[in-house]
Amino acid sequence: MNPKHYWQITLWALIILISLPILRILSAWLEPSGAIWAHLYATLLSDILTNTLWLLLGVGLGVTLLGVGLAWFVTMCEFPGRRVLEWMLFLPFAIPAYVLGFVFIGLFDYAGVVQSALRTWFDMGGLDIRDGRWAVMLVMTLVFYPYVYMLARNAFYSQNNSLIESARLLGLTPFGVFWRVSLPLARPAIAAGAMLSLMEVLADFGTVSMFNYSTLTSAIFSVWEDFRSLQTAAQLSTLLLGIAVLLIFIERWSRGRARYDTHQRLHARPYKLQGVRAWLVTGFVTIVVVLAFVLPVSQLVIWAIGYVAEEWTERYIDWISNSFILALGAALLTVGLAVLVNSVRQQTRLSWPIKLGLRFANLGYALPGSVLAVGIMLLIIDLGEWLAPGSGIWLSSGVLALLLAYMVRFLAVAYGPVESSFDTITPSMTEAARSLGASTSRLVSHVYFPLLKPGLVIAGFMVAVDVMKELPATYLLRPYGWDTLAIRVYELSAEGLYERAAIPSLILLLLGLLGLYMVSHITKRYKLRRH
Amino acid sequence: MKKGLFALAISIGLIGCAEQDNNSTTTQVKQPFPNEVVVYSARAEHLIKPLFDEFTKQTGIGVKFQTGNANALVERLKAEGDQSPADILMTVDAGNLWYAASQGLFQPLNSARIASQIPAHLRDPNNLWTGLSVRARTIVYSSERVDPQQLSSYEDLGSAKWQGRLCLRTSGSVYNKSLVAAMIAHNGEQQTEQTLKNWVGNLASKPQAKDSQVLDAILAGQCDVGIVNTYYFGRMQADKPDMALKLFWANQASTGTHINVSGAGILNSAKNYDGAVKLLEWLVSDDAQGIYGALNKEYPANPKIGVDAQVDSWGRFKQDDLNLSRVGELQQQATMLINRAGYE
Repeated sequence: MNPKHYWQITLWALIILISLPILRILSAWLEPSGAIWAHLYATLLSDILTNTLWLLLGVGLGVTLLGVGLAWFVTMCEFPGRRVLEWMLFLPFAIPAYVLGFVFIGLFDYAGVVQSALRTWFDMGGLDIRDGRWAVMLVMTLVFYPYVYMLARNAFYSQNNSLIESARLLGLTPFGVFWRVSLPLARPAIAAGAMLSLMEVLADFGTVSMFNYSTLTSAIFSVWEDFRSLQTAAQLSTLLLGIAVLLIFIERWSRGRARYDTHQRLHARPYKLQGVRAWLVTGFVTIVVVLAFVLPVSQLVIWAIGYVAEEWTERYIDWISNSFILALGAALLTVGLAVLVNSVRQQTRLSWPIKLGLRFANLGYALPGSVLAVGIMLLIIDLGEWLAPGSGIWLSSGVLALLLAYMVRFLAVAYGPVESSFDTITPSMTEAARSLGASTSRLVSHVYFPLLKPGLVIAGFMVAVDVMKELPATYLLRPYGWDTLAIRVYELSAEGLYERAAIPSLILLLLGLLGLYMVSHITKRYKLRRH
Repeated sequence: MKKGLFALAISIGLIGCAEQDNNSTTTQVKQPFPNEVVVYSARAEHLIKPLFDEFTKQTGIGVKFQTGNANALVERLKAEGDQSPADILMTVDAGNLWYAASQGLFQPLNSARIASQIPAHLRDPNNLWTGLSVRARTIVYSSERVDPQQLSSYEDLGSAKWQGRLCLRTSGSVYNKSLVAAMIAHNGEQQTEQTLKNWVGNLASKPQAKDSQVLDAILAGQCDVGIVNTYYFGRMQADKPDMALKLFWANQASTGTHINVSGAGILNSAKNYDGAVKLLEWLVSDDAQGIYGALNKEYPANPKIGVDAQVDSWGRFKQDDLNLSRVGELQQQATMLINRAGYE
């Protein structure tokens, strides 16, 4: 058989594997639960749908405006502190959303530090920040803007200075340059980043619980808990998937039809800001960094210092290594799969069933981890019963079930950056190399790999951090002895022990920052290139 | 791409080795401690590990445990069936215990000691599970702004004098659902729905996500009264002994204060029935109940056992002796009522 066909078959097999858990969840509709739906419709459904849609809108706008604005400033302008602030803007990515949630409430709510201090100094009432939608939107925007920031920044760096100079010469203002030149180039990246953020918002449970903000995801859990109906929970999850599909369509539409084969790099920042303007920009960027990173980390450190003696045990070595191994394994598997898919796409046009399966497989990101995990567990058990009854395949699947969950859940995260990297390989490069006599392996190692490296590294890093922060699927599917840091954070914070939870949160953060440092080191050459 | 595949292979190898390491650690544990008991627990590790460590120290029987979400554990046990390695399911809240029993997970617990030491209303009527520690869900108030003479019952918190002064934890909390279920059992649906609507009308703020946030809100002056589990109060009091909060035992003149339990049952799939019984019997003994008290400020399920000093300082109170499995039965009804009353 043609070697190409081996790859196609492997691809098919993997796509089917990844899609199966989602199909299992969709199959929940085969067992209708009318009474529960009737009750939901009469009471909660309209609220949860409104809340969810508003949250998506607010956070979508927020991360886009914030992420794009910040990316533009750090790539195109020179202002005081830019060098430091540029990489500091990445850091909030390592903070789990619910951690920022409980830190914010601890700091800014009625009973929190800030308002209590204000009450002692000035005679004033107080504000319940959880009222309405703005606080939860703000927190989620601050947590998820890095997706848009990272991808938009990359896109803005791949602009061509001469393009910008020509535009200025032809009379465009800086805003005009942004709107007519930079933005269209960056559109696919921005859309991809915004979509990742919104999928995270859909799947989020911890943060919205802290704010007591009922969304579709919190309804999924409460339906499961109250009505003990996994079927209805799964059915509600399919609503989530429906919204995710809608988001994907919107993203594809906003990417437009153009394909950008540019591997230009910006070699000088066009705008050197002076005076008030420069400091305004510095101020704005600093505020974001402070709110999204410095403040929560300081709070965590203060809490941690008080409780480290009480909390530290040698089990932490286990938990740290478990988090690390799972993150690394999942990153390699997901990036590997994304590379496989894109390699096949490079060689031959993907047939529509594979394309469809791929779109389907990317939906896993919007699913709450718990539902996905149960889907996988039931799937493995069903398959086990079908293939080898009574053998207890589920129990011997060990960490593989968990890795499958991570692949399904996080394929979307790896896929975007990997696909964009593959897009930088132009057919002419391949032809030129071939015509000079390069074998496939030389082509891969000397032409493809250097071009792909930044995208692969970013993809791997994003998956790794997401896996380390991941909770519900890990909680359910982990075999004995595989507790992670995120689980420790959850168990302590579920009991209200936020101070003790600060310690594993900080360790998680440190690991994330370590990964971030490694990524920036590896992709350093790809920032500004001086000709 | 070849490098990628190579790295992939290495990582899978690493994971395989790591998993074997984890397995070999358990085999190492197996040798010195025969008759290992395997527990699936919905209680977090930091609350149960001290107990299990002490049990192993005293009896030489090892305990292997895994924590998880209550519902997820039940699904997992149902799916694992007879092949499940677990001997015991330990969980919190009467509703969760009742549900696990209703799914046919437990086998009858034949222990005369437990039957004689744990009051009947804290055990399943069919001996499928037993309560291990008790917590009360009662009224907490600001000692600076509230006169305890004004307090009486849960239902009374809906009266006009508490307008804008009440803080409640979200109805999503399983403890509140059990409280409402108990109220339905005593007062019927209609009256309970009215009580809930009255509560919602008196709220000073959106319901808080956690009991600890309710306590914080009262301290900060956002509200004056609330309903919390006694152990959250106890924990805060241990940190800040001079705090201006006090507990009030609700419904002393009527049904008694609502209580709930953490409990456990032996699973049908248990491979080590004897070890499991030993563990449960130990958990209701003096030593264990002392740990429950000191560690988490809980009441012993065994009424003959002395109470932790701090917990005792809150005073004696009349417990609601409604059988907790009834609370479990009514939980779903309670949820629907909660949704209808608009209690978030």
